[in-house]
Formats: sequence, C-alpha cells, structure tokens
Amino acid sequence: MMATPEVEAQIDQWRTYVQRRQAISTADVDEMEDHLREQVADLTATGLDDDEAFLVAVKRMGNLDEVSREFAREHSDRLWKQLVLVPAGPGAGRGDRSWRELAVVLALAVGAGLAVKVAALTMTDETVLLRNVSLLVLPFLAGYFAWKRRLTWGVGAVLAAPFVVLAVVLNVYPFAPDGSTLLLAALHAPVVLWALVGIAYVGGRWRSDAGRMDFARFTGELAIYFTLLALGGGVLLGLTFGTLNLVGIDPEPFLEAWILPFAVPGALVVAAWLVEAKQNVVENIAPVLTRVFTPLTIVMLVVLFVVLATAGSLLDTDRGLLILMDAILVLVLCLLLYSVSARDPLSPPHLFDGLLLALVVAALAVDAVALTAMATRIAEFGFSPNKVAALGLNVLLLVHLVGSTVLLAGFLRRRRPFAALGRWQTQFLPVYAVWAAVVVVVFPPVFGFV
Amino acid sequence: MRIDKDLVAASATPLVLGILAEGESYGYAIVKRVNDLSDGHMQWTDGMLYPLLHRLERLGLVEASWGVSDVGRRRKHYALTPAGHEALAERRAQWQVVADALQQVWKDMGDTQAPRTVAEGWA
Repeated sequence: MMATPEVEAQIDQWRTYVQRRQAISTADVDEMEDHLREQVADLTATGLDDDEAFLVAVKRMGNLDEVSREFAREHSDRLWKQLVLVPAGPGAGRGDRSWRELAVVLALAVGAGLAVKVAALTMTDETVLLRNVSLLVLPFLAGYFAWKRRLTWGVGAVLAAPFVVLAVVLNVYPFAPDGSTLLLAALHAPVVLWALVGIAYVGGRWRSDAGRMDFARFTGELAIYFTLLALGGGVLLGLTFGTLNLVGIDPEPFLEAWILPFAVPGALVVAAWLVEAKQNVVENIAPVLTRVFTPLTIVMLVVLFVVLATAGSLLDTDRGLLILMDAILVLVLCLLLYSVSARDPLSPPHLFDGLLLALVVAALAVDAVALTAMATRIAEFGFSPNKVAALGLNVLLLVHLVGSTVLLAGFLRRRRPFAALGRWQTQFLPVYAVWAAVVVVVFPPVFGFV
Repeated sequence: MRIDKDLVAASATPLVLGILAEGESYGYAIVKRVNDLSDGHMQWTDGMLYPLLHRLERLGLVEASWGVSDVGRRRKHYALTPAGHEALAERRAQWQVVADALQQVWKDMGDTQAPRTVAEGWA
C-alpha cells in the first residue's frame, strides 16, 4: 500500500510543515502521518486520484493553527524548550555519543580539580599558586574542545608551544616578590591562554571570522552559565553549611581545602559542556542582556562624563582611574560585540543600532576626559609598568571603539554593510591576545622585573 | 445535516471512550468508527482527536502504546483503563439523563417536525 512518489513528497512536505509547530512533537507528527496515510489510502480506494485524496485528507486533518493550539493547551510544557543533555530511550547512536561526552567532561572536570589540588599541596606559596591557576585549569577546557573537535596533532602542538612558553615565563623569570610586573604577567596570562582555548574551540581554524565570532558568543554564554552554576553551588553550600554549623561542625576548612579547588575548575568545564549542548536549543542570553543594559550604560556614561568634566583637576586621581576606564571600555565593547553577534547582518538599520552608536560615542567622550587626565599625570610622574599596561590597553580599546564608531555610523547612513562592523570586531580580537602576550613576556625584562 | 460544533465537542469524549470500550484502537480507526456510527453526519476535525486522546491519557482514562501497523508503520494504540471504564459509565449515565429529557420534549412537541435527513456528500 505504498503511496506514489508524488504523494510521498507531499506527505514529506506536510510533515516538515507540521513539525515546525513547537507544540506538536515528533511522535505526534508520526501519529498524524499514520492517520493521513490511511486516509489517503482509503480515499484512493473509493476512486479519488492521489492528489485529490491527499488534499481531502489534509483538509480533514483541520486547520493546523487550531490543531496546534489544541496541542499546546494539552502540552503547555512544550512551549518551553527543554534542554536534553543526554537523550534517554531508543535514540541509540546519538545517546551513546552523549554519554561518552558526559564521561569525558566529568573526567576533565575532576582532572582540572585534581591539578589545582595537587598544585595547592605542592606550592606552599599562595601567590605562586594564583599565578599558575589558569595554566592548571584552562588546558582541561582546551582538552575538551580538542576531543570534541577531533583536533589534529599538529594543531595540538601549535597550542602546546605557547602554553609551555607561558608556563616557563611565569615561573622562571626572576620577578621581584610582589612586583607589579609579576602581577601584570599573572593577570594577562589568562587572556593569552583564553586565546589558545579559542583556537581549540574553532578546531584550529583560527583565521576564520565566523569561528572567532562563535568563540566570542561561546565566551559570553560560558560566563553566564558559569555564574549560574556558581549561584546554584553557593545556595547549596550555604544551606549545607548553615545546617552543619547548627550541629557544631565547622565546614570552613573543608570548603577551602576540598570543595573550592574541585568545584570552581570543574564548574568551568561543565559550563563549557552545557553551552556546547544548548547551542542550538536555547537562545543565547548574552545578547538579551546587551539589549537591557545598553540604554542603562548610556545613562551611566553620561553621568560619568558630567562628573569627570566638572571635577576640576583630575591630576590627583591615581592610576585606579585608568584601570576603571579600561573596565568601562571593556564593558562597552562587550555590549557592542554581543549586539553584533546576535544581529542579522542583512536587516536594515533600526533604533537599536542608533543606541549602540550613542553608547560608543559616550564611551569615547568619557575616555577622552580620563585620558587627558592620565596623560598629564604620566607627563608629571613618568612611566611605570602598571601605567604602561593600562595605557596600552586603553589605546587598543580606543582604536577598537573608534573603528566601530566609523563603521557603525557608515552603516546607519547606509554607506557600509553591517557585516563590515562584525568583521572589524572579530579581526580586532586577536590583537588583545597579542598585547597580553607582550605584557607577560616582554614587560618584565624591559622594566627590570620590578 | 451538519451537527453543531459544540455538540460534536461535547460528545467527543464519551464517543472515544465508548469506542475504546469495544477494544483497543488507534486514531484513524476511531475517526472511521465515528463516521460509521453517525452515518457520516459527525464530521470530526481529525487533527483535534489527538490532543483529546492525549488528554485522556494524561487523565489516566486511556493507555497508549506504540505498535506497528500491518504495513510496518509506527502506530500508537489506545486502550481503556479501569478508570476509563468508570468514567465511561458515569458519562453514559449523564448522557442517558440528557437523552431522556430530550426524548420527553420531542414527544410533548408531537411529531409535527420530523427530523429531515439531507444526504450530504464528502466535505
């Protein structure tokens, strides 16, 4: 009772059409398809030709909107997308892979925890541990992507070489204890390592703009999922500790010795896995936050601008101002980056793009005031590693933002495609990694390891 | 004769339960049975049957299981549960009351307005 190829094609088409309804699950479509086929078969038996039979059968099935609404009323849960991490039941092949992935993730998470724990036991000096912690944890994250993307040994070697260089620099350079170059190196090393994780993430295609943008999206989602895991973990710990304290047990030492060294690195690896798993199931949240915070940030920047511009001499402000400025510019860049990451490059300019431009311009204005103050200060007191590092980053951020402003304004005036703005973002990202590498590797010898 | 939509909706649950009381069945067969029973007068929107079946399943009145049709397609079969038998008995009693009341009214009105049957083709 096989239908003709034409009817098969029509049924296929109908199936895809029905399947687009979120409230109707695949199993329901199977059930209705069975119904449709029987109906078609019966109708052809009464003398209708295939086309007519199909049309009548579909018509009898009813208005799809109404049927779908009825399904939604019965299965309202289906309107909420559920993330299935490890498919249960007879999904066979895919389930196996998911279980294996879960095993790999858990092993890597425990591995990262073990690495930190062993280091904590062997490195008695806490600052040594702090400066090495990213070196201990991030390889496990990179390892996950190396496994997942089936990285070649060549790429693996390319990743390992800078890693080793970083490890050597951080531990062999004769840093002055508590010197600022040491602190700068420790702060900038994770940025370089994160770029290496990015190369693993894109499976070695580090030249690809799309790949870089994917990694930027991944980073944003990872930050959010990690925060969520940390919040959940915090609640769980708080409840446990409260109870233990009541019965007279002090869990503090156990927390520091065992829970934190395993939970924090483990959560990072698990968060990466969650982001990978949810990628095409759940919408990205970073761009949503961007939408909420862009107008608020504009207000904040305007307030800052007024305060800074009317504060009189900023000569007395310390280098903290420059660091804060860097933080603000980073924030603005993140807002810009995640807005760009979620936008359809082909849609025409609209209000939000104008808001973005206002945001970037406001940030530039605030930065101009702060930079003037800092320039006077540097002219007065000379350079220090901290100032040069902060100033260097500021210059990079400034170039990045000015470029974005020009491209965004061009887009709003319909002179340039939106894609140019996206490309500018992704092309500029590696510059930060290079700068961080310079701060780690070049700064200490130049400034005499102070 | 076209049956009013509300009436079709109201009678859908007892009809499905009653048909399933005759034995395990599946979607298309239920629709066909309704057609036979009503001489083609009760035209269901076929798609609506499935949310209804799923609701009955959730309420525990029917039990669903996946089987295979004679041509090898996946097919979901429904069977009445003990709770479904109880619900059917209750619905039946309710409908009996409604039907009796209507019967009385029709009788009182006399046979002046006999029901007119119009042969209606396939929609």
